[in-house]
Amino acid sequence: MSDNNKAGVLAAVVGVGQTKYQTKRGDVSIAGMVREAAVNALADAELTWDDIDAVVIGKAPDMFEGIVMPELYLADALGCNGKPMMRVHTAGSVGGSTAIVAATHVESGVYDRVLTVSFEKQSESNAMWALSNPQPFSPHLNAGAGGYFAPIIREYIRRSGAPLDVGIRVATKDRIHGSKNPLAHLQLPDITEEQVAESPMLWDPLRFLEACPSSDGACAMVIVNEELADKATKQPAWIRGTAMRSEPTMYAGREEVNPQAGRDCAADVYKQAGITNPREQIDCAEIYVPFSWYEPMWLENLGFAEEGEGWKLTMEGVTSLHEGGDTPWNPSGGVLSSNPIGASGMIRFAEAAQQVRGECGDHQVPNAKTAMGHAYGGGAQFYAMWIVSSEKPE
Amino acid sequence: MSEEKEMITGMEAPMYLTYNFTAGGATTRFLAELRNGKLVGQECPKCQHVYIPPRGSCAACGVPTVREVELTNKATVQSFTIVYIPIPNNPIKPPYVIANLMADGAHQSFLHLISDVDNADVRIGMRVEAIWKAEEEWTHAMENIQYFRPLDEPDMPIDEIGRLKNA
Ligand SMILES: [Zn+2]
Repeated sequence: MSDNNKAGVLAAVVGVGQTKYQTKRGDVSIAGMVREAAVNALADAELTWDDIDAVVIGKAPDMFEGIVMPELYLADALGCNGKPMMRVHTAGSVGGSTAIVAATHVESGVYDRVLTVSFEKQSESNAMWALSNPQPFSPHLNAGAGGYFAPIIREYIRRSGAPLDVGIRVATKDRIHGSKNPLAHLQLPDITEEQVAESPMLWDPLRFLEACPSSDGACAMVIVNEELADKATKQPAWIRGTAMRSEPTMYAGREEVNPQAGRDCAADVYKQAGITNPREQIDCAEIYVPFSWYEPMWLENLGFAEEGEGWKLTMEGVTSLHEGGDTPWNPSGGVLSSNPIGASGMIRFAEAAQQVRGECGDHQVPNAKTAMGHAYGGGAQFYAMWIVSSEKPE
Repeated sequence: MSEEKEMITGMEAPMYLTYNFTAGGATTRFLAELRNGKLVGQECPKCQHVYIPPRGSCAACGVPTVREVELTNKATVQSFTIVYIPIPNNPIKPPYVIANLMADGAHQSFLHLISDVDNADVRIGMRVEAIWKAEEEWTHAMENIQYFRPLDEPDMPIDEIGRLKNA
């Protein structure tokens, strides 16, 4: 594979716009919802629709709302008349890969200012059903995403010897984080570990409160080149590295607990950003954790901890903002607090940018200078990651 | 504003989808044998791993898997979950166990039901066997196997599940 130290042109995030995440946005259509995020991002960037050269949009499978190719009808809501527009789809990681496509549009030097948007309006259909379709060559077991991931989590617990309350701790921590973020869907400031432990078991060992909610929402960013970012009024989030990797869902000997594609993707993005010790050099991270146990699993996959040791960081409070941990994970509340699936990856990337821009209000990590955004999707087979920094690269 | 209209927040627009699956050569051979009550995997000529259900190639090596390998009804639990979540119209009543099962001689697990056992007794490494439906009900489907149930055999050591014998 070619060395990814590519970009001729520096790019930076100069505008972020999000909607409030909630169970149902009954007051807006999909078009109204994506436009709301886009308008917020343009306002934050102090730009207008006329300033945008191209639009990159992402969402998860069309089955989630039952609208086939929604991007066709969203072209007008996103001001694309006469402009290039493209849609990205990489399952749950799509928000991250959409942001990366937008970033590389700018880094290539072809476009100066790109608007990127991701969304999901889960209330319009049933994602659980959309993920449990019959396949002719395998039995129809009606288990949804949890049915796929729970056995992998069980194997992680067996291998690492982690105590059974690690997942409970992550679920509680991310909801307390989310209660400091007014846009987060779940607002549970008083949640306790006892409450999580007593919530109904869904897919053993995953309980109801250890799984993500189902949300409506959209997230947008404006990404511009170096010259324009230098002129921005607000602090830009400089993009220090971007990487994507994929692997087949199934093959003999596949490492499902600690997937190779995730390790390779992290190594690539760290190399671009000059990171040799992620725990030391990354001030905070927004990592795709839709089920509680994926925090310790990704702490290991992304090199924040040695294999088998990730759960110890969680239990020591290293990833907790309110406990003063040195590497807060998901200060926004993460996917466990808001999950408009197609947008969830972009929210991770955008929240990482907001941290280094100092725009996070009550969930701001003090002095965050370097942050990581991460997304994964499919059968944990698509990965997208970026590193952003308040400091412009040399 | 007396003119204000009530917001329309949902209009039902059902979609019905019938999908005609073209199985292709490899899956056709697998499904045809399944209809005869046999589990037949395919071996990768490069890495020697045996796939079931076979898709005609090894996703790791990117080469066709031509040689067919008939498997027995025995398998080992690689991992599992107990499903409690109620899904509308699900014919299987929760709580039920679904497991990643590694058929003896295969190196890629598949998902299936485990039954005839106390859910609390299911464990990684447990030996199980396929219970087939009555022969007249067999079609081109993995549902020909009703479920897997425990075998009276010692557990398989975990680091041997799905591994090549001499690897
Ligand atoms: Zn092979």
